This record gives sequence, structure tokens and C-alpha cells, in this order.
Amino acid sequence: MSDIPIPADSLPVAAEIEAENKRSLLSWVASVDHKQIAVMYLLTSLFFFGLGGIEALLMRLQLAWPGMAILSPDGYNQIFTMHGTTMIFLVVVPSLLGLATYLTPLMIGANEMAFPRLNAFSYWLVLFGGLLLYFSFFGGAAPNAGWFSYAPLSEKPYSFQAGLDYWAVSLLAIGVGTVATGLNLIVTIITLRAPGLSLKRVGLFVWMVLVNSFLIILALPALNASLLMLLVDRQLSTHFFTQQGGGSPLLWQHYFWSFGHPEVYIMVLPGFGIISETIPVFSRQPIFGYGFVAASTVAIGLLSLGVWAHHMFAVGMGHRWDMTFGAASMLIAIPTGVKIFNWTATMYGGAIRFTTSMWFAIAFLITFTMGGLSGVMFAAVPIDWQTTDTYFVVAHMHYVLFGGTLFSVFSGLYYWFPKMSGKILSEKLGRWHFWLTFIGFNMTFLIQHVLGLAGMPRRIFTYPALPGWGIMNLISTIGAFVLGISVVVFLWNLYVSFQRGELAGDNPWNAWTLEWATSSPPPLQNFKAVPPVRSRRPLWDLAHPEDPDWKR
Amino acid sequence: MTPVFNPSSPQAAPIFTLFVFVLLSCIVILALVAGLVVYACFRYRRRSGEGDPPQRFGSQKLEIAWTVAPFLLLVAIFIFTARAMSNSDPTPADASSPDIVIVGHQWWWEAQYPKGGFRTANEIHLPAGRDMGVLIKTNDVIHDFWVPQLARKVDAIPGYPNYLLLHPDRPGVYLGACSEFCGEEHAWMRFRVLVTSQSEFETWERQQVQIASAPSELLSNEGARLFQEKACMKCHTISGTEAKGEVGPDLTHFLSRHKFAGELLDNTPENVARWLKNPQQIKPGCHMPNMQLTDDQVKSLTAYLDGLQ
Repeated sequence: MSDIPIPADSLPVAAEIEAENKRSLLSWVASVDHKQIAVMYLLTSLFFFGLGGIEALLMRLQLAWPGMAILSPDGYNQIFTMHGTTMIFLVVVPSLLGLATYLTPLMIGANEMAFPRLNAFSYWLVLFGGLLLYFSFFGGAAPNAGWFSYAPLSEKPYSFQAGLDYWAVSLLAIGVGTVATGLNLIVTIITLRAPGLSLKRVGLFVWMVLVNSFLIILALPALNASLLMLLVDRQLSTHFFTQQGGGSPLLWQHYFWSFGHPEVYIMVLPGFGIISETIPVFSRQPIFGYGFVAASTVAIGLLSLGVWAHHMFAVGMGHRWDMTFGAASMLIAIPTGVKIFNWTATMYGGAIRFTTSMWFAIAFLITFTMGGLSGVMFAAVPIDWQTTDTYFVVAHMHYVLFGGTLFSVFSGLYYWFPKMSGKILSEKLGRWHFWLTFIGFNMTFLIQHVLGLAGMPRRIFTYPALPGWGIMNLISTIGAFVLGISVVVFLWNLYVSFQRGELAGDNPWNAWTLEWATSSPPPLQNFKAVPPVRSRRPLWDLAHPEDPDWKR
Repeated sequence: MTPVFNPSSPQAAPIFTLFVFVLLSCIVILALVAGLVVYACFRYRRRSGEGDPPQRFGSQKLEIAWTVAPFLLLVAIFIFTARAMSNSDPTPADASSPDIVIVGHQWWWEAQYPKGGFRTANEIHLPAGRDMGVLIKTNDVIHDFWVPQLARKVDAIPGYPNYLLLHPDRPGVYLGACSEFCGEEHAWMRFRVLVTSQSEFETWERQQVQIASAPSELLSNEGARLFQEKACMKCHTISGTEAKGEVGPDLTHFLSRHKFAGELLDNTPENVARWLKNPQQIKPGCHMPNMQLTDDQVKSLTAYLDGLQ
């Protein structure tokens, strides 16, 4: 079978691409093209990343030294609530959904999502949910009870301003949109795969998106339901979450974390998927242990549904429950560790190309491992009893979500930007971006572990001048500003490279999955014909007819 | 510098030991992963002109190894965890009659001593070397009681009282803080635990039981009158007077405290005067309103409060 040809008409002619690339202004509102919607997702999350980043800098300024007065106490509480809510619901999730929406059809050789209009509807819900959330600043006050909005603090008697109502309604909109996207991705992956592309052959990114989408449709409805209950509590004086009248504030915590913990994996699984694509391509090796990486994802997905109460060890559930949830949480470390080892093993025996994308992937391996290991520490219940709700948690969760997810998103953006735009991101600026991010990130968050052990609680707008607290906070603040500069470099890189970057061609990285078998950017109809798929790496097979994967 | 590393009770010590064990295990694993990654980066970087290397797809043996080895380590950690749990959080012998009832309020801590029949605020006195059963409750939203050197942290949740055993080893001052976000002034809901010898503790108890010292001079007499007239009494208690309010801290022995307003201010006459003039300016959002006192009224009230030993 050495004579498999690239189907002649799989490559659109230049004029055709030209015509399609002239998108009218109206198309940005009316489009149901998964690629255009995905780009809108990515731009939206970039916009909110800017806002959430500015909020982070304001917080770090306020905390730079004991007794600063840049923000009022309530102002600080609004800003940290908005920072968390923004980064989770409007940055991390939409950027991952954006990549999933862009790449899933391309990677499975499909021309569209299963439900293109639903796809557009989901996006617009997320955007308008986000805008509504920020309108709260003009509508009286922003929400101020934290991204977790524990009852009864979030109830009317303690938060009588409208901020929490905005919070509940806008997250409800975003939540509904996200569930619809999850469904859409599942149906797309199940039904629209190209001939020959069985689930055992799809790229690992697709695998992770699939598991992730199941988590979305299982977990997000719990949030949507509890948001509605909170809203009814606040507006119609019911008592779901208040002690008076027979409700329970603990009920909110159980509902919220039964969404909130799977949400952590919703925010990290697609990142695992990205890493599982970039490390092999830049190491010039297939992923080590494909089956184990895919299966460990399913294991993580299942386990993640049964660990929510590890956020609640301090509430006094009793040792038996604490121990059960602690053990379940420890178990997650096993499939996660399997992944880390497989990614590392993929590099062995390879020929590693140190692109910016690969640098971010390598940094991910280290920083995410740190976040994962401090996660194991919390599963050892008494350690959680000491360190929960301190800066130790803040450090841990930023190592997972920034050092993990965001690093992987950067790796993915440097990898797939050429596909999306036809231009390669500047490697020179990319290197600056990477090192500033890596140094700024560790400078900001490493020391926060120590602050937590020194007894600094989370979510405080200021702190007493205890020995060492001021200087450690100052270091963290300086790190945050280094991170701020790195984001500016990144934005500049996006702009400059899009304007006059090096042309990418169809497959600049010599990658092996189907998205690289069409032009960059792909035409409106992704594929006129899909190359034959007889293994996990159809483009490797095409390039190496003498040594195709399917012969192994 | 880090109180978690400096435990001062048989309850905090096993947590510290567990922490060290798990931390060291994690550091070893991190060093392993980082070492493998860095080694690969140097050893397997692409040389110029090098083509694709021979393709490898995995190894079942390795997969089994790195599934089983972490599992065994986790079993060890879990066993240590279970042991540390029962050592660090034993059930108080008699949970029905606590030695102290701690009540979280937005944004201060009330400590009731039911056996002595008195209350104090933000400063909790304990004798060294003795079991003290503590009941933890809240008056409004969820708070969290945390003194890292003495014990685990415990939430104060409406409708779900929690028990905690405190048993400080040695005399000293131990700082604590509310560790569950509880609203605007969460940052200033700090407190301290003052541990003394048994005999000093008993002396302190005897002093706390006494009613407030009567004002002795003209200025503080005027302050005492204002305290009743200006609605201060609606929220605060001063035993031996008409003031029996329970909204704010009991002020019977106000002068015996080192700090006030959730550790925000040192207990000096200047700070008390500033606070009385306009608490909203000093601790915005706190539940004590600006009473619109004149400077003279502030002066006499300060004199009165500073006589409450």
C-alpha cells in the first residue's frame, strides 16, 4: 500500500481561500462556522484574560505591603470574586472550548460540528453571560462573596446588593451554553468521524475533549440548579440554603462542589489533550502508551465525580467521611501520574525540537507536577485541616490552573495558531513570552506556599505586619507584574505575527493528525476529501509509505 | 516564622509530622520527574540535520511500574493520614459541657466560659497542659476558627456546632485568624490565644468573674452616663450596670485586652478615642455605627472604658 496518494482536490486552490477569507462584518454575528465561532471564543477569553489579569494586579498591589489602601475592603472583595469567576468561567473554560470547537471537527476529518447553530447559540450565551457579569459594576456593585459564594454569606441578609443576582444570572447563562457545547462535542465525536477513524485511532486531544464533555454535562447542571435555588432564595425568600426555615448552608457546599470539583478537571483535561499532541510532534515520537493515556483520562473523569467533599474537610463532616473523600482524592494521583510519566517517556529516544510550544509543554510537566503533588498533600486530611483556606491553597490551585492549564493552552496556541491564521507566531517573541511567564509565574506563586504555612488566610484585603509577611507578599507582587509584562509580549506577538508573520503552509510542524491535512487557515468546508485513515497518524503514513504505523 | 512548623500541642504535632513526611515524599517525586525531564531535554535534543528517530509506542512493563509504585506510596501516606487524624482531632471527653463556647460574629470572636459565667472577646485564655473542650458556633455566616500552632481549623456553621479539643503544651501567645471568607472585614477577624500556667489562669478567671469597676472620677462618670444614654448599652454588656446588649463584645474587662476590633488596633486610649469617633472610617462595614459623638463625649467615654480593668 505504498501508493496512497494525497487526493488531488483535498487542497483548496488559492483563489478559493482568498474568497472565503474575506469575511464580512456580518459574518462575525451570523456565522455558524465552527472555526469562526472558535476564534470568537478565543478572542473572548483573551479579552476577559486581560480584565481578570488587571484584577489580579490590583489585588497584588493591595497586598504588596501590610496596610495598603489601594482598594477598599469591599472593593477588594469584589475584585477577588470577579477575578476568580472571570478566570474560571470566562477565560479557562472558553479558551479550552474554543480550541475544542476549532480542532475537534478538523481532527476527526469532519466539516462541521454536529449542531452548528447550537454551537453559535452556546458561544453567544457565554459572551453575553460575561458581559452581564461585568455590567454589575455599573448596576450597583459587583458580586463580592467569592467565586464559590458560600451561603449564607451569599444570601440576601448578608449581601443585599444586586451583585450576587448578576453573578447567579450570568453564570446560569454561561452554564447553559457550556452544557450545550458539551453535548455538541459528544455528538460530533461519536457521529462525524471520518471513515477508518475509530475511537482507538482519534488523537488524544479528541479523547480528552470527549471525556471532558461528559464531565461537563454531568457537572454543570448541578451548578445551574444551585444557582437557580440561590436566586430564588434571594428574590423570593425561599430557604434552600439558610438555616432559618429549615434550609442548610452545607447543602450549598455539597451542591456547589459536586459541580466544582469535576469543574477542576473540566479545566484541565483538554490541557492534557493539548500536551498529548504537542509533546509527541516536537519530540518526533508517537505518544508513549496511547491506550494508557486515554484510559487514565477516563479514570480521572470517573474519580473526579466522587471527590467533591475534599473541599469541605474543615466543616466537620466526621472522620469517616473525611477519610473516604481523602482516599478517593489520593487515587486521582495515580492516573494523573501515569500521564506525567507517559509524556516524559515520549521525549525519551526522540529528537526534541525546542519551539516555544514545546517549551511551554516542558514547563507544564514540571509546574503541573508541583500542583498535582501539593494536591496530594491536601488529600492527607490533617494537612488540609491546617492549610485549607490559606495561601497554600492559592499557590496550589494556581500551579494547577496556571502552571497546568494555561501553560498547556499557550503550548496549544503556539502549535495551532499557524493552522488558524496561516502565519507562524514569532519564535523570538515567543521565547521572551515563555521565559517571562515562567519566571513571573514561579516568583508569584512559589512563595505563596510559605505564606500559607506562615498562617496567612485567603481572601483577606490586608494583613498585620507579622515577621516576613510583608517581604514575601512584595516578592509575589513583583512576580505578578513580570507576568503582566509577559502577557503584553504575548499580545504583541499575536498582533505582529498575524500582520506579518512567516507563512505557515499546511503542515509547518510535520505533524501527523488530520487537521494538518487541510490548508492553513482551512477553507469554509474543511475537507473536500479526507486522506485514508488506517492508523492513529494518517499523515505519518502518507509521508512514510515504507514504514506506516498500521503495519506495526 | 511558620506556625505550622512550630506546633505547641499534642494535636498540632502529629499534623506537623505528617506534613514533613508527605512533603519529603513529594519533593522526591518532583526531583525524579524534573530530573527525567531535564535529562531528556539535554540527551534527546534534535541535532541539526537529524531526521525522525526510530518510533517507539510504549511499554506495558513501564506502565505497570509507574501505576503500582505510586499506589504503594499512596497506601503508606493514607495509613499515616488515618493515624494522624485520630491523634490530631480526638473527640472531647465530654462534648455536652464544653469548657469554652466560641461564637463567630461578623467580624470578632466571642469566647464564653460557661463554668465561670463570663464572656470575653478576641482574646481566649487557656491553662497550659490541660484538656479544654471547645464548642464552636456562629451567630451569622460561616467562620473558621484557626490557631495553627494549637489545632486543626474548624468551621463555625449556622446550625452545625463543632467540637474541638485544645491542649496547649506551654504558656505563650498564639495568633489565630478566621479562615473562611465571611464578608467585608474578614481580614480583621483575628484573635489570640493566651496560654498561662494553671494558677495564673485561675487568677484570671477570678478577675473576669468580678463585675466592672465603678468609674472613679468626674470624666469617667460622665462616660458611664453616656454609655447608658447613647445606646452603647443596646449592643454591649458591662456587668454590674444596665448594659446587657449581646450584639457586640462584652466590655466588662475591656482594659485587660491587648488589642481590639479583631486585632486591628492596639488597646491604647488614642486608638479607643479614634474608634469611638468613627468606627466606619477605621473598619469600614463593621456593625458598629458612627454614633456622631462630640470630641468631649469621646473623651469621657474613653476615660470610662479605660477604667474597665
